[in-house]
Amino acid sequence: MRIKVRTLRALMCSALLLTSGAASGRLFAAEAGEGAEGATQTSWKAWHADFDVANKGALQRGARNFANYCLGCHSLKYMRYSRLGQDLGIPDDLLNKYLVPPGEKPANYILTTMPPGDAEAWFGKTPPDLSLMARARGTDYIYRIFKTYYLDPTRPTGANNLQLPGIAMPHVLSELEGLKKPVYKSVEKRGEDGKTTTEQVFDHFEQVAPGRMSAEEYDAFVRDTVAFLSYVGEPAQFQRHALGIWVVLFLLVFTWLAWLLKKEYWKDVH
Amino acid sequence: MAAVHGPQGGYTPERKGFLGWLNKRLPVDEFIRSQLTGYYAPKNFNIWYYFGSLAMMVLVLQLVTGIFLTMFYKPGEATSFDSVEFIMREVNFGWLIRYLHSTGASAFFIVVYLHMFRAFLYGSYRAPRELLWILGMLVYLALMAEAFMGYVLPWGNMSFWGAQVIVNLFSTIPAIGPPLVEWIRGDYGIADATLNRFFSLHVAAVPLALLLLVMLHLVALRQTGSNNPDGIEIKKNLTPDGFPLDGIPFHPYYTVKDVVGVGVFFVLFTIVVFFAPTFGGLFLEGPNFEPANPMSTPEHIAPVWYFTPYYAILRAVPNQRMGALLMGLAVLVFFLMPWLDRSPVKSIRYKPFISKLALAIFAVSFVSLGYLGLQPAEGSYVMLARIFTVLYFAFFVLMPIYSRMGQPKPVPERVTYHAH
Repeated sequence: MRIKVRTLRALMCSALLLTSGAASGRLFAAEAGEGAEGATQTSWKAWHADFDVANKGALQRGARNFANYCLGCHSLKYMRYSRLGQDLGIPDDLLNKYLVPPGEKPANYILTTMPPGDAEAWFGKTPPDLSLMARARGTDYIYRIFKTYYLDPTRPTGANNLQLPGIAMPHVLSELEGLKKPVYKSVEKRGEDGKTTTEQVFDHFEQVAPGRMSAEEYDAFVRDTVAFLSYVGEPAQFQRHALGIWVVLFLLVFTWLAWLLKKEYWKDVH
Repeated sequence: MAAVHGPQGGYTPERKGFLGWLNKRLPVDEFIRSQLTGYYAPKNFNIWYYFGSLAMMVLVLQLVTGIFLTMFYKPGEATSFDSVEFIMREVNFGWLIRYLHSTGASAFFIVVYLHMFRAFLYGSYRAPRELLWILGMLVYLALMAEAFMGYVLPWGNMSFWGAQVIVNLFSTIPAIGPPLVEWIRGDYGIADATLNRFFSLHVAAVPLALLLLVMLHLVALRQTGSNNPDGIEIKKNLTPDGFPLDGIPFHPYYTVKDVVGVGVFFVLFTIVVFFAPTFGGLFLEGPNFEPANPMSTPEHIAPVWYFTPYYAILRAVPNQRMGALLMGLAVLVFFLMPWLDRSPVKSIRYKPFISKLALAIFAVSFVSLGYLGLQPAEGSYVMLARIFTVLYFAFFVLMPIYSRMGQPKPVPERVTYHAH
């Protein structure tokens, strides 16, 4: 079942890309797409992926989202299925049934089945491993990627992104979010030479076609996924917080006792 | 200084049985007497005097955690990054050992900078403690080398590009520069050979040098005795038996006091380790969670915070060779402190206003350069870095002049101490 969904998705992706001429393999996320330049200055940069990494429910939903929408192309090469189950409180039977693909063992690392060579040919670059993406780029970065996709017919994938202009990844969540286009506003800007120029600046998104989810549902979906990737970036963070409280409390008591001892000794010093 | 300690200084019990047998063969009691119970320190130490013992504490912490990390870390272009993640995820408490070590590196510099600033405040580098200061500076240099090479080991992208920038600085040395850089790297670029030799230096050579220098630093300290916030010599006022009137035995008084300092330090330290180990990207930088990639330069290459004052100086100079030279001088000029300071008094407490102002300007410049070194070198940041670089060097270059200006306050005969 799982493998079918993933294979299907990979096929869809590749079909889409092949038809849009991406097979030439010149898709680097380097140059800014049309219209994105003036748009990279406004409020979306203040969007934050407010999430609670201690919320096990959110992490479980995030794991599901990852398996359904990301794993087709992206690996979590430092993460084992079994560790995921343990940390997120997923019982073994459910883990095996819904998350571990057929033919894989729970102790295996979470690896995509997409061959790297094909990935390179389809997207121009191999989709990066996401184990440490939240730590390397930050959770807000991932959140903004999923919130700032927009229609851009000049791109081979038909989609562009405000956070990562010229992004190689197609908008795989468009069926959930729907399609949107950016609306620009004219802003007068005083240059260093004192002349005022008018500039097109991103103002807001306009929904062009609805997706399966409402805006709120999609936002929650992205936040869950980001929370999951934050957990994957550092699975030890639960242990860290739980142990840390006791260590600090112990040290406070220790320091208090040491201070009493010091006071006792220093009574002799006049 | 046998006259000060005296054979009767400290507690040397008559031993019988095994301890008697042992002491005939190994001077255990004699060592404890000469180094701890019979070593007299001024009784008026304030909060600034915790950082020496804390630096020792952090050194031990780094050695112990480093030994455990070495058990699991695998140096090599193909293995380094993965083995660090293996430690973080699969080794029991590996994440704790790694965070203790990475946070320990930053903590080491925090306590060492405060320890050095203490010397600036109270003139601890001045005669008869010039060699003590120089040995301390050598510890600081060794620590910088240790930290730099340690930062390369995780083989993240900032490790790679940081190493690239710093090692290339040596290429600005006239004539021998380029071959020297090649010799350091062991390759035409930062590569596997570089990583492996940095590992060797980081876990063996530099720690050995550090331990030796720290030991010499302590021996020199025992010889001259500690300075104190009043900057006066306690050996000038002795009891008829030859004990300093304002001194107290290091053990038990300063051992119990330092344990309190260690406690407070570890409370703060563990709060960082357990609740903010990356410290907002200051202690562990985001780009270093991406593997080293020679094809992709991070947006801003910035060293870890403890090198950024010097990095800002490097970038403030338009000419790269001059920048590297100035950067080196910014560190080495510390060695001259004992001879630059011509003030008739040691402690800031009794120095005239102009010396206090100079030290304040220096402190602000150092911190500001540290901040600017973290920012991209563009716009007004460059000009600010240049201004603070000038102020930084002015503090040292003009010291022989301004340290003699003004009227110092009268220095008391005995140390200032109020019993609590």
